[in-house]
Amino acid sequence: MLELQNVSFMVGEGGDGREIVRDISLSIPDGRTVVVTGPNGGGKSTLARLVAGIERPTSGRIILDGEDITDLSITDRARRGIGFAFQQPVRFKGLRVMDLLDIASGRDLSTTEACEYLVAVGLCAKDYLEREVNASLSGGELKRIEIATVFAKASKVSIFDEPEAGIDLWSFQNLIEAFRKMRSAVKDSTVIIISHQERILAIADEIVVLREGKVASHGPREDILPSLMGTAIVAPGCPKFIGSAVGAAAAAAAQKEAANA
Amino acid sequence: MLSDVQKAMLKELTGVSDFSKGAFNIRANGASAGRQSTDNIRIEPKSGGAGLDIYIAPGVRDDHVRIPVVMTESGLKEEVFNDFHVGEGAIVTIVAGCGIHNCGCDDSQHDGIHRFFIARGAQVKYVEKHIGQGDGTGRRLLNPVTEVHQAEDSLLEMEMSQLRGVDETERTTTATLLAGARLMVRERLLTGGHERAISRYAVSLDGAGATADIVSRGVARDDSLQSLDLKISGNAPCRGHTECDSIIMDRGHIIAVPTLEAANVDAQLVHEAAIGRIAGDQLNKLMTLGLTPAEAEARIIAGFLR
Repeated sequence: MLELQNVSFMVGEGGDGREIVRDISLSIPDGRTVVVTGPNGGGKSTLARLVAGIERPTSGRIILDGEDITDLSITDRARRGIGFAFQQPVRFKGLRVMDLLDIASGRDLSTTEACEYLVAVGLCAKDYLEREVNASLSGGELKRIEIATVFAKASKVSIFDEPEAGIDLWSFQNLIEAFRKMRSAVKDSTVIIISHQERILAIADEIVVLREGKVASHGPREDILPSLMGTAIVAPGCPKFIGSAVGAAAAAAAQKEAANA
Repeated sequence: MLSDVQKAMLKELTGVSDFSKGAFNIRANGASAGRQSTDNIRIEPKSGGAGLDIYIAPGVRDDHVRIPVVMTESGLKEEVFNDFHVGEGAIVTIVAGCGIHNCGCDDSQHDGIHRFFIARGAQVKYVEKHIGQGDGTGRRLLNPVTEVHQAEDSLLEMEMSQLRGVDETERTTTATLLAGARLMVRERLLTGGHERAISRYAVSLDGAGATADIVSRGVARDDSLQSLDLKISGNAPCRGHTECDSIIMDRGHIIAVPTLEAANVDAQLVHEAAIGRIAGDQLNKLMTLGLTPAEAEARIIAGFLR
């Protein structure tokens, strides 16, 4: 279980200080897919970075399976089972895709094993394993490789910060399938996804809505999602997208909204 | 008789411990410690001076020659002239390099002057490593001079690396390329302590269709200094690219001086130069995968200098 207890995060100091996350308390039980959504600037990415340890809270505690990890380094949190996929993936001159997957999994993967992680994110694996994770890769390719590294790490709690950016429709279906597989690969693992995408919201067990640094609502998808549909928070799926009634409903709502505008 | 230290350095320089297959010359402490010519590659000592003439027969396919140098005697200083004559259409790998192990208090210095005469259509891969070892107070000094003459449609790929251990090095590389000739250089430098590494290139593209691609990557840590001076002159319809990419750490000092000179309207020359520290996000990313900050830094540097 991941718990946030009265977590706040402020940037700047004194009178210039601005609170990005305000006194958030949240419990995320094991074995859940939780989607954190909300308007831009609501504190979603900051919350994810606080859990991963990239940012440290100004106040409050973060507890993983009963252990207070608030003061632990990024490394120690990673080793205790937290995985994090960056919203803006990092480029490395010289490090290859295979290197990152090896580091992520903590061992030398076979080509077949490494390929499985890349196939899961819609990349033709053999074309990529030896490639450097540098500027020669497109934003979409980098994004997929970033997600693959978190799959390879197989964490107890995996956090994905807007994983859908740069992922096309075909891969999107695979991506959702990959989230499911990942959950089943690690017993009782939890996946936390920061997203506006209705297709991702549609696979959530729970939805957390963050607004102005606070939890505006949190509950089972069935309770939260209807109130979000058709609002600016949720990016509707393509109207031709088959396989998601929610997608069609969202698209219809968006069209209706456009017609009324 | 080679010592164990010399044998270990030879293995590191050349990647092999058995030299019996193929042409080679081993120079140890200023004298030849073994030499072998083959039907296709002839190695002859220069008359009246230190150095070798190495003749690679025209049309040779996928052959190789190794000419490593090791120095384990403190206070030794030498200047060696080696000329490589590569015949038309030959395809060959040349492995050179110098290892200095200095446990004494006097400076050890090796200045290798290599000239390449590469005939039409020949394809050469040249690998040169510098290794410095030993805990003596004497410095380890290496000043290689490389002079390249490439005939039409020839190819030279140069891989040069010096990863710690050499106190001072001043490398000078000049090359002239005729029509259709191609030069590719990959240089890797890692300096630390108070080491100083200076590397200068002057490449002249003199024939139509000549191309040069020079990429130097360096990491300067502690109080070390690196100076990289990459110049390409385009005197014909040609293409040239230089890239000088450096990571600066601690109190390191890096100077990058790219120079492009065009004397032909169809010369296309590009340079890229960048110096920066390891990005915080790069460390963060590898730490989220479970590496410590030190492990993350080591992986980033190892990848960068691969």
